[in-house]
Amino acid sequence: MILSVRDLRVSFRTNDGLVRAIDGVSFDLEESEILGVVGESGSGKTVSLLAVMGLITDPNATIEGSIRYKGRELVGLPARELRRLRGNEIAMIFQDPMTALTPVYTIGWQIAEQIRAHRNISKSKAMERVEELLAEVNFPNPHEAMSRYPHQLSGGMRQRAVIAMALSCNPALLVADEPTTALDVTVQAGILDLVRKLRATHKSAVVFITHDMGVVSELADRVMVMYAGRVVERGSRAELFSDPRHPYTRALLGSIPPLTGEKPRRLPAIPGSPPSLLRLPQGCAFGPRCPVHYEPCGAGKPDLGSGTHAAACFRVAQA
Amino acid sequence: MIYPILRRFGQMLFVMFGISVIVFLIFFATPGADPAARIAGRNASPEVLEAVRHSFGFDRPLYVQYVTMMEKIFVTGDLTSFVNRGWKVVPAVMDSIPVTLSLVFGAAILWVVVSIVIGIAAAATRGSWLDKLLMALGLLGISMPVYWLGEVMNLITQSRYHDSWAFSWVPPLGYKNFSDDPKGWFLTLVIPWITLSILYIGIYGRVLRAAIIESLQEDYIRTARAKGLSETRILLRHALRTSLIAFVTLFGLDFGALVGGSALLTEVVFGLHGIGKLTYDALQNLDLPMIMATVMYASMFVVIANAVVDFVYILLDPRLRTS
Repeated sequence: MILSVRDLRVSFRTNDGLVRAIDGVSFDLEESEILGVVGESGSGKTVSLLAVMGLITDPNATIEGSIRYKGRELVGLPARELRRLRGNEIAMIFQDPMTALTPVYTIGWQIAEQIRAHRNISKSKAMERVEELLAEVNFPNPHEAMSRYPHQLSGGMRQRAVIAMALSCNPALLVADEPTTALDVTVQAGILDLVRKLRATHKSAVVFITHDMGVVSELADRVMVMYAGRVVERGSRAELFSDPRHPYTRALLGSIPPLTGEKPRRLPAIPGSPPSLLRLPQGCAFGPRCPVHYEPCGAGKPDLGSGTHAAACFRVAQA
Repeated sequence: MIYPILRRFGQMLFVMFGISVIVFLIFFATPGADPAARIAGRNASPEVLEAVRHSFGFDRPLYVQYVTMMEKIFVTGDLTSFVNRGWKVVPAVMDSIPVTLSLVFGAAILWVVVSIVIGIAAAATRGSWLDKLLMALGLLGISMPVYWLGEVMNLITQSRYHDSWAFSWVPPLGYKNFSDDPKGWFLTLVIPWITLSILYIGIYGRVLRAAIIESLQEDYIRTARAKGLSETRILLRHALRTSLIAFVTLFGLDFGALVGGSALLTEVVFGLHGIGKLTYDALQNLDLPMIMATVMYASMFVVIANAVVDFVYILLDPRLRTS
């Protein structure tokens, strides 16, 4: 077990009241496993992983619960200790490669900076390592690319550079926050191939955040579906795709156009919109949009329960 | 790299040419004014008037007058003001330049260093009492007029507390040549430097703080944190570097203007006979040749300062290099 999150709660104090961005999220991650985290914007998928990284710097945020990395508690760890893990053992890839790199330094400089923050090696040695890394993420001309500035590279190339940076210290855990969302479809496929290949060579565990079910079905070993700050369903990829239990998961899968067979005239959409975290509905947060809503749903929040394949839904518990 | 520099240099020359033409037309081709009478001065004899008219070419077409004027400033350097007194303009400007340059360079070093320190300290501790204190002091510095501050400085260091241990080192007002007396040069300029820089320290400190706080919101700062860099390194290497662009822009404009004569009030208060004072006196007497020369000099520094700023931009921001 490389990462074990238990009952994580993140809330932000705002002028309008307390926002519970994450409300009791638990999950485990085994070594070199890919966990797909799916959900709409505002479902808390990014915030929960930023909490793992210790990157929630907002002074109005409170983080409760437990995040154990290789048995070590990260919540409440001093900034100094956390910094030693960040970029070194736990690395992150961000959504928008256009803005994720500092515009005034070369790619090589920025990657070497991370290596030298964690390893006591000379500049030239670090640069050699950078060249290897860029070759590994399929830069056609790694030596030349090192002296390029971010604005001189295409989006896909920048994302490769960001990935090379994330891998530079051989992290045991890689957090990827929608790394393909800002890219063209063909570039996306290349990046996904790369993540798969790197998982195999580096033996890193990967948490892959996305709102794209297609990406999850290609990449993830296990999947976690989030809605309004809670996990609504988790299971292996096969379980989740062949036997989706939570109505929200089913609705998400239903909104993917089928590749074979008859095409529906209109793709089904989920009615309504995600609730405001300030004014969550009583009981199950998905209740008002749920096609199988019934009385108990308004009364209390359904538990996810234990088991590898579980859904937080009263209908499922009843069945 | 050579071609853009040459092109920039060409632009500079063109701008200076434009400025010189406009200034020349304003002072020498205004209908109804007789520049010869102005240059010759009051109570000039008809012979002197005639000599001036001939020497400046006022009896010939306008473009000849312009060329004659530029020749007198830049080539022969024998432009003379108030012909009956025969004061050479170009040496007067040349004598004033070191005074103004000493004043403005020293003050600029002071204000750049201090405002960077203040901007970083305030941005790093934003919201804290230190931040609030520094920004309040900055506002105070901006709101003190330089002539008032200068007089207060003089009152304290020259008269009221001059005999106390703190200010007994302050020499009397005036300028000492660096080559004659480096120590005296430095000591006479310390108080003017401080006086001139306080306004700019306030402005630049506040501008830099705002720019740093803005860049700290950028995505690449989050990336830098995710890399496991220290907060100090993130602030100095990632946030400050990208914030310096606004700072440099402002600096180019202010520095050029000050060297070009805007340090007038400071020069007057501290008895420094620099370019500002020279221009001011020339305008008071409508001393046309002197105005022409000082304006040309000022425009040259503004244009050079802006060109230097453009080059610093290119150093600071690689995105500007390819375009």
